[in-house]
Amino acid sequence: MNRIAQALVRRLAGMAIVLAIVATVVFLIVRVTPGDPAAVMLGSDATPEDIAQLREKLGLNAPLVVQYGQFLWGLLHGDLGQSIFLNQSVGQALLSRAEPTFFLTLFAILIATAIALPVGVLSAVKRGTLFDQIVVTVTMVAASVPSFWLGLVLIQIFAVQMGWFPASGYGGPDTPFGARLHHLILPAITLGVVNSALITRFTRAAMLDVLGDDYIRTARAKGAGEGRVVLKHALRNAMVPIITVIGLSVAMLVAGAVVTESVFGLPGVGNLVVSAVLRRDYPVIQGTLLAAAAIYVLINFIVDMLYVVADPRVKL
Amino acid sequence: MTLVPAALRPLLRNRAVVFGMIVLAIVVLAAIFAPLLAPYAPNRLSIVNKLKPPSAAHLFGTDEFGRDIFSRAIFAGRISLLVSLGVVALSTVLGLILGVLAGYFRRLDAPISRLIDAMMSFPDILLAIALVAALGPSVVTVIIALGITYAPRLARIVRGSTLVLREMPYIEAAITLGLPTWQVIGRHLLLNLASPILVQATFVFASAMLAEASLSFLGVGVSTDMPTWGTMLASGREYMSNAPWLMVFPGLAIVFSVLSLQLLGDGLRDLVDPRLSKEH
Amino acid sequence: MTQAPILPAPILSVEHLTTSFRAGSGWRAVIRDIGFQVHAGETVAIVGESGSGKSVTALSAMRLLPRDTARIQGRIALNGRDLLTLPEPQMRAIRGGEIGMIFQEPMTSLNPVFTIGNQLAEAIVLHSDKSWTEAEAEAVRLLERVRIPAAKSRLHEYPHKFSGGMRQRVMIAMALACRPKLLIADEPTTALDVTIQAEILALIRALQAEENMAVLFITHDMGVVAEVADRTVVMFRGDMVETGPTARIFASPEKPYTRALLAAIPRLGSMGDSPGPRRFPDVDAATGRITEGRALPPPDTTHAAPVVSVQNLSVRFDVPNGRVHAVENVSFDLHPGETLALVGESGCGKSTTGRAILRLQQATEDSIVINGRNIEDMHGAHLRDMRRHAQMIFQDPFASLNPRIPVGKAILEPILSHRVLPRDKARARVETLLHQVGLPPEVAGRYPHEFSGGQRQRISIARALALDPSFIVADEAVSALDVSVKAQVANLLMDLQAEHGLAYLFISHDMSVVERISHRVAVMYFGEIVEIGPRAEIFGNPQHPYTRRLIEAVPIPDPARRGTRPHVAQEQVRSPIRPLDYILPKREYRTVSPGHYVQTGGVFGT
Repeated sequence: MNRIAQALVRRLAGMAIVLAIVATVVFLIVRVTPGDPAAVMLGSDATPEDIAQLREKLGLNAPLVVQYGQFLWGLLHGDLGQSIFLNQSVGQALLSRAEPTFFLTLFAILIATAIALPVGVLSAVKRGTLFDQIVVTVTMVAASVPSFWLGLVLIQIFAVQMGWFPASGYGGPDTPFGARLHHLILPAITLGVVNSALITRFTRAAMLDVLGDDYIRTARAKGAGEGRVVLKHALRNAMVPIITVIGLSVAMLVAGAVVTESVFGLPGVGNLVVSAVLRRDYPVIQGTLLAAAAIYVLINFIVDMLYVVADPRVKL
Repeated sequence: MTLVPAALRPLLRNRAVVFGMIVLAIVVLAAIFAPLLAPYAPNRLSIVNKLKPPSAAHLFGTDEFGRDIFSRAIFAGRISLLVSLGVVALSTVLGLILGVLAGYFRRLDAPISRLIDAMMSFPDILLAIALVAALGPSVVTVIIALGITYAPRLARIVRGSTLVLREMPYIEAAITLGLPTWQVIGRHLLLNLASPILVQATFVFASAMLAEASLSFLGVGVSTDMPTWGTMLASGREYMSNAPWLMVFPGLAIVFSVLSLQLLGDGLRDLVDPRLSKEH
Repeated sequence: MTQAPILPAPILSVEHLTTSFRAGSGWRAVIRDIGFQVHAGETVAIVGESGSGKSVTALSAMRLLPRDTARIQGRIALNGRDLLTLPEPQMRAIRGGEIGMIFQEPMTSLNPVFTIGNQLAEAIVLHSDKSWTEAEAEAVRLLERVRIPAAKSRLHEYPHKFSGGMRQRVMIAMALACRPKLLIADEPTTALDVTIQAEILALIRALQAEENMAVLFITHDMGVVAEVADRTVVMFRGDMVETGPTARIFASPEKPYTRALLAAIPRLGSMGDSPGPRRFPDVDAATGRITEGRALPPPDTTHAAPVVSVQNLSVRFDVPNGRVHAVENVSFDLHPGETLALVGESGCGKSTTGRAILRLQQATEDSIVINGRNIEDMHGAHLRDMRRHAQMIFQDPFASLNPRIPVGKAILEPILSHRVLPRDKARARVETLLHQVGLPPEVAGRYPHEFSGGQRQRISIARALALDPSFIVADEAVSALDVSVKAQVANLLMDLQAEHGLAYLFISHDMSVVERISHRVAVMYFGEIVEIGPRAEIFGNPQHPYTRRLIEAVPIPDPARRGTRPHVAQEQVRSPIRPLDYILPKREYRTVSPGHYVQTGGVFGT
């Protein structure tokens, strides 16, 4: 127990270091802006007084080290700063837009995994058959389609032509929850399908790798049938790399959500950050980057914990 | 140098790779010779001809200002290829330096690896958007933004390969033979890193094309007078119902370009790693 | 024991077996027209070098080759039933039910994510109507039968908790779970240390006797053949060269290939009183005519200063739960023209010792003097300059040459880098070096993949000689080679030594090669030298119990001497990891005779 506690502390310390680097990078990104960030933010028709006021507000007049210290100090207190254009703190802005992004990502990963796992496994087992060739081809094409284009095509077919789903929007707080989720179906399919291509290809590769291992031959040599060989002996071993790629996909979905939300007009975090970029609302951009990186680090941690469960050789 | 064609010959036996190479060649040639191939200037307005479906005069139709989609798509390919090539070059150089330093020199491994971890924890589009926002939109800044975004991917691959390679007896033999470190790294290591880097660079090329299109579509990409596939799609979406060709052709251009790179990357990987090639 | 009992019907009968692999659009036969029988209680060995098709023969009998890329023709009958025409479900009942099989790689042949109890019980449940609980109880009995201590408590452990030898016992238990009529053992001891090999062979023999089981034993090792087989099938490049009772094959081989194979085997105890090394016999491949190897003179070590002097070398690594004492207090001198063999089993620290001497591995404590210069604190240019005198030959011939560099360039590179010769003279030197290792000069432009394993090892030797070193560490330099090639490369090393007065540190686990090649021998056990002395003394008058155990465990390629060797003690599982504050006790050495020292007290058996 003591050893496990020690290992956990080591892991968490590693996460803290990574997050500290993340925070530093985020801090520096805004500081690499050529010229005065305040002037850039306010645009060409700003008066010198406006700029000076904003510099004051952003704390840009202090030395860089002090600014960095203040930034970190704020982070430690959960303070991501104040949006310049929204009448909100960055934290509030993120939280108020988290719901569509969260459900979009969740549904997308469920759709992606539900397609990818069975198809990938079957494709590996039936290697070289027509089915396998179709899977390889379709996933290759799907991985080449920009998600926003697929989204637009789906809107055209299922929203505009068929009228099954709303083409865009999400509804306000007084819209029933079910109706809000209805808005998410097409975006989730868009995002899920693109990502399922990646997970399918990876599952197939992981299964093929495992199916060539010595213990698979051992299982066959003791008279196990193909079903048992694949589902018990191979899949269980392939799960470790598959878990990794699913974890990675969640992170990629966050990036994909930025684009998808823009296509479907969903008022989520992605939309927030795109409009922040267009308005040069740096604190919001920084806050979103930090939040996304923190989520990624957290997912990585969960994936590592799952390893310990999936593979008895892996120690914490 | 005579080795190269011989080594790459198996690629030509793979029909998918040949298809990818042909498509890629078409895209590249079209971009290079765009001024010769394009029937119209990409920005020539012609309000009378607006939103015309594909015809003999306008192969891919015209947009809401009567501009020729075919000409615009060809010129857009130039931007896309230029940006993607720049991204590949920048991320390869950065990734190679970081990866070799981390993989070969044990003392540098921990700090560089943490940095790679931190950079990889940013969702790629999001980091690129933030960097473009900070640097301002232009071809160079998009290249820098995406180059920084994809460098950690290459760095991780290079580090992994370096860690494996530096334990190889032939690298140890080079050390035992008293070759200076720069020669061990510069010859023995780099020669053997070339293949994994080439494979990964091809995939980064594909990712960069998709990312560049996404940035343009979101309106935070390169801002020039020239169209890009992403901006063509962004402005075309309003007319999607009545003029679907506005969406179809730039979209297909992206799909085919990215697909050709993925096919090539797969073929190269199979060639480099025979263990994987038997899986096809 | 000596003669197979004449039985009416064999358990396994193979007739005209030809197996082909898909090659492009056609099929390429990898084994051709193989035929043999195995009777109850009998052991038949299939012996051959790599590429002979011996494993394909075994996998064909089990129908374990992939059906879309392998084609099996002929007849394979188990108790008269043709296996090749059997529908797959019935074949599954045969696999693990009537034929058990064990494989070469115990480390990878067990599924890492299931407990051994689960895997054993699965084998039982698949072929009987026992419940899972009954099967687990049976699994405990099986583990006890293969002599795994504390079987019951280990049932729920995962494979990675077991050593290689223990895993192979688990594999045997699994193969025998349903009391098969036939056991196929495909190189079951090749990956194991020699003392553990002896135990596994004894175990298979004992279980075979209990069940009157037929055993088909695949191996490349003639020593193992002599030890276990009643009858032998010799294979070469997919063809059956010769078959017959093992005693007859060894006593009067009919075919040149068999004669060559037997002549090339290093035989422990074949050196008699000769004090120095002795070359392996040269065999004419076509005729099988044998020219006995000549003895080489011992070097004159009385006057010359040692090339290498190692004092108190220690290498320790810290690991999460303690410290590994990989090498402790190793000291020896090595003179020009002398070969010191460093022997011991895997993990004993012999390779680490060699690597630490060449500074490929940082030593914790050391004093290493090469050519009169202490290399301890050498760095940069000084260290690189030292490397001109000390070179290394590695085990894996496939990994020791850079695949992207033509072999001539690989040999040329160090000559130019150290500015030993100008470019034009350096090229001539490369040709000379290639000639010295028995290769024509025109191979210089070729890439490593165009060469066989033996040729690559010759190129590695040429590269090591490029800087005209005085000392070479040969780390298992011939271990990965087929037996006939092994003898040739060992001969080359001995010739080069005689010619150039090279000093070798010959690191090896193979006692029979060591006996041939070395002047002196040091035996390592758990990081320490437990005995060191002249070769004749170590092999003729071993003092340390571990040295004796190591020598006794080596299979003797002589069927007539089977069973005359004493039984080898049980495998001891110890952990090389010690607490961080562990201090190694001071060791004492006793002088047996001039130059022959043995550790007293020490780790073994304590």
